Amino acid sequence: MNQRNPTISKGIDWIMVWLYIMLVIFGIICIYSVEYKSTDHFLQTLTGFKKNYSKQLFFFAGCSVLAIFILLTDSKLFTATANISYLVGIVLILATFVVGKEIKGSKSWIPLGFMNLQPVELCKIFTALALSKYLSMPETDFRKPKSQMIAASIAFAPLLLSILQGETGLALVYFSFLIPMYREGLPPGYLIAGVSMAVLLVVSLLFRTNTLLIAFAILAVLVIYFNRRQIRRNNRLLFIIIGAWAFSSLFVGIVVPFTFKHVFKKYQADRIFSMVGVDNPFTDKSTANLNSDEEIKAKQRKNDQQNYNVKQSKIAIGSGGLTGKGFLKGTQTRGDFVPEQHTDFIFTSVGENFGFIGTSILMLLYLGFLLRIVRIAERQRSVFSRVYAYSVAGIMFFHVAVNICVTIGLAPVIGITLPLMSYGGSSLLTFTILIFILIKLDADRQMVLR
Amino acid sequence: MPVFNQSRKNVIILVFAGMFAVILMQLINLQLFSTKYKLMAEGQGTFRKVIYPDRGIVFDRKGRSILQNTVIYDLMVIPGKIKNTDTATLCRILNIDSAEFHKRIISAIIKNKSYRASVFEPLLSNEKMAMLNEIMYKLAPGYFLQQRSVRDYPYDAGGNIFGYLGEVDSNILKNPQYEGYVMGDYIGRAGLERTYEKVLMGQRGIEFWKRDNKNRLTEPLENGRFDTAAVAGQNLYTSIDIELQEFGEKLMENKLGSIVAVDPQTGGILAMVSSPTYKPRLLTGAERRKHYADLLLSPALPLFNRSVSATYSPGSTFKTLQALVGLHEGVIDTKFQVACSGAFYGCGSGKPMRCLDRGVFDLQHAITVSDNTYFATVMQRVINNPKYPSQDSSLAVWDKYMYAFGLGHKLGIDVPWEKPGHIPTPAYFNKIYGKGAWNYCNYRSVSIGQGEVDVTPIQVANEMAYIANKGWYIIPHLVDSIEDGDKYDMLSKFKVKHRAIDIPDSIFDVVQNGMQGVVERGTGGGAKVPGITICGKTGTVENYYRGVKQPNHAFFCGFAPRENPKIAIMCVVENSGRFGGTYAAPIVGLMIEKYLNDTIAKNRLPLAEKFYKMNLIPPRIYSAIKTRDSLTHAKDTAYLLAKGYIKILRDTMQVDISDEQEALDAIKKDKEDSKKDSQKKEENNKQQLKPQAILPNEKKKPELKDSVM
Repeated sequence: MNQRNPTISKGIDWIMVWLYIMLVIFGIICIYSVEYKSTDHFLQTLTGFKKNYSKQLFFFAGCSVLAIFILLTDSKLFTATANISYLVGIVLILATFVVGKEIKGSKSWIPLGFMNLQPVELCKIFTALALSKYLSMPETDFRKPKSQMIAASIAFAPLLLSILQGETGLALVYFSFLIPMYREGLPPGYLIAGVSMAVLLVVSLLFRTNTLLIAFAILAVLVIYFNRRQIRRNNRLLFIIIGAWAFSSLFVGIVVPFTFKHVFKKYQADRIFSMVGVDNPFTDKSTANLNSDEEIKAKQRKNDQQNYNVKQSKIAIGSGGLTGKGFLKGTQTRGDFVPEQHTDFIFTSVGENFGFIGTSILMLLYLGFLLRIVRIAERQRSVFSRVYAYSVAGIMFFHVAVNICVTIGLAPVIGITLPLMSYGGSSLLTFTILIFILIKLDADRQMVLR
Repeated sequence: MPVFNQSRKNVIILVFAGMFAVILMQLINLQLFSTKYKLMAEGQGTFRKVIYPDRGIVFDRKGRSILQNTVIYDLMVIPGKIKNTDTATLCRILNIDSAEFHKRIISAIIKNKSYRASVFEPLLSNEKMAMLNEIMYKLAPGYFLQQRSVRDYPYDAGGNIFGYLGEVDSNILKNPQYEGYVMGDYIGRAGLERTYEKVLMGQRGIEFWKRDNKNRLTEPLENGRFDTAAVAGQNLYTSIDIELQEFGEKLMENKLGSIVAVDPQTGGILAMVSSPTYKPRLLTGAERRKHYADLLLSPALPLFNRSVSATYSPGSTFKTLQALVGLHEGVIDTKFQVACSGAFYGCGSGKPMRCLDRGVFDLQHAITVSDNTYFATVMQRVINNPKYPSQDSSLAVWDKYMYAFGLGHKLGIDVPWEKPGHIPTPAYFNKIYGKGAWNYCNYRSVSIGQGEVDVTPIQVANEMAYIANKGWYIIPHLVDSIEDGDKYDMLSKFKVKHRAIDIPDSIFDVVQNGMQGVVERGTGGGAKVPGITICGKTGTVENYYRGVKQPNHAFFCGFAPRENPKIAIMCVVENSGRFGGTYAAPIVGLMIEKYLNDTIAKNRLPLAEKFYKMNLIPPRIYSAIKTRDSLTHAKDTAYLLAKGYIKILRDTMQVDISDEQEALDAIKKDKEDSKKDSQKKEENNKQQLKPQAILPNEKKKPELKDSVM
């Protein structure tokens, strides 16, 4: 390729390309090891397209062609179509409300016949482009709250739509756009406030209201007591502390219960609570009685299933030890103990087959990938490319971190793929486009794009 | 270009690196420091499959295999996969109705869940196998055939010799002798299978398999690198003559009792019949439990090996031994005569001991006509022998003879649960009557084999071998040699000649003369076989059951031919009434003829036929059977309903059980039908009821519990 078509390869960041290829192939190897049965004939299954790994190989080939196409396009195309593609993405998400097909409990899929498309997944690309487009506009001054609001609404509109649809897991990915926005000058106060709010929200979901009110009061008193000297010098601090205490108490005591009782519908509230693994405490007793036994049982079963998944995933990873059991020798992986193993739980296969050495090398690969993107981002001349690069980094980071945290039991089960490694055309396609647009933009970094 | 935010790059990198560090820490925790998950994975993902080797084969003295292994197929079912299969054809082939079919599927689901294989029909017969094989492709994948190895008895005889296999129980697991057995293993529970368990079992192999989340085995772990192969059990070569055994079992049909035949020169047991017995095939395979329960509860005690575990008074057969003692002690000589005027009056008052023939007898004739008075006198002289200072010491001398003849102690044969019998000692009498407060008259009936003396059939046969050999015996045993060597030193004791007291041949000649006379001119004429010199002795044993006098036991023991003896044999027919010569002697004669001539002469076949058909079972046994509870424990259908299994069935099968009550009714009706059937069968069986027996020593239950041997 290098010799035959020098114009494509010019300026391409080959480290990125190689990292991409390595991760995809590693992924295919892991999918293979999940499915492998010693009775299978390798060539037969390879050409039969009956097995997931051969399908993934096929997807990989398709994605490679697409990648070349992306590298052949003019990078101005991306800036030019950013807004229109974002609109298309939003329309597609809206379309799922009408023609959505239900797969695994969420109606966020559009059946296309040969494959099922998940617009929320695809919309990540469009949102990244649109956000980059907006932030790179000369008239945008990101220091102004108005611009910040617009940027936030671009980033979070798909999130809201997706949550309304019930596809919370994927929607959370859109929080990763906070990373490019932070880089572009979003005041850290927002992030700190946001993180605190998030913590407050999670805490208010996890614990009982009264417990929290008492805890907050004690905390406030303690903070005032330990800072009494500073407070004597500076009265404002006292107001800040009391203000924070009053806000959290109000939030926990009134806002959260009110929201969950009257703003959210019951199933939405339930879903949010089930995400943190707690039963919804705000259900009316009267309506609670209407819940049929079967519904409760179904919920119980779902909870058990999720616990089972995480437990099995931990067993599989933990049993790998330092060096792992060796390729194709994992007993957990191959015994179908871990559900969804070829997709969301592919990391368990790495952990069992290749052990700590394998998992840490994979972590380093991903970290290298992210750092490389950051490095690429920082060498861009145009704001568009830089924002886009940080968006890609953010999305990648979010996916990798959350996915692996789920498999090792650090996060509640959120259905989210491991980029480039999980089985599935949709996920591979999305990340291929994301990454190769970045590579293309980087190759044209001498141009100033608006 | 805004450059003022460039430092934020570092914050972002820090966030990335921080998150990855957290993940890495958790990975270190999971993969390097916690062994918990590794152990859980091992328990969950691998399976240690024990491979049971074929048990050893047992051959008879002519090299015919009499206990071997065979492969039988079980029809297995995976209830979760049987939708849309042709159950109607299957039911027709297996000859079951749909209610039975549902019942089996339910119990399969209860036992093994619907995604694991369970046995649907165990141990398919050859015809069923053939028919199933044709349609098997239609039944896949919900049904499949699985082979298994079971014990097979080509002659279907010798149940009490071979014993049977049973699952180990907690008693066995506690016994350090059986280390390595686990719950569910099979182990020899009786007979040869038990004694030679170590030899027959072979060495178990282990295969490591991977298993999946449903507990199904998927494939060998690491291509079987850690597996150990199973080593088949060693074969046993026995002294049994299986045809003789079969013949003996046939002769003893519908009688209670025992035949034991020994080769005097080797001590090898030729036949060991305990009647009633059972067909050994009953205790292998599918119906094992049911048959076992039936046999165990039968009042005739078919599981009880009378040949070694039943003790009887020896009756007049004991007289031969008294003659040996008397002559060797010198208290009588061959010319010594005793007159019997009708009874033995040596003890003065009290009930005199009657003799059958009046007259004057010397030793040889006394044996021939089995004269009580003669042997009472001999015994009296032995006990009052002036050579010894006291009654105690002379009785102790007598005991020494008895022990030397193999009585009063376990012989040490290789069949479990041998009884020692009983020979009264001075200590025994001192305990009963007080020290020195007893004399010969207290136990004079011992002299004619009644009273305080007990022997087992095997001891009597051995005593015949002793006389045949003129003064020595080898411990009777079944196994002559073990293929590939006697690794556990189980056979060396069967190579030793026991000759505790040196009695000269001349004494044996006199006794053998008398025994030859028994068959040729005396009480044992029934044992006569043309062309064979048989020495024998009859016995008619009085006995009591729970204090009530019962019909006499018929005894006959002997050996043949007199010169170079090849078979020493005894037969007891319990509670037959009449005399030993009436029933036991002809049986012994037939057995000797069968063994020495290999066939029964044409003119003697009617005699054998007569014995096949003769029913000598005491009426007491029939009444015991009648009063025995007929416990029918059918499965409680209400339980199935309560547990919701009917529903499970419906869900799994997609069959239409229109109404649960209907299904229940069907099951109930089924149960009643089978009850009626069994009643009918019982009535039919009454005429040709298999021999049922009690124990002479008043034991209700056979000692089948696995106490240490």
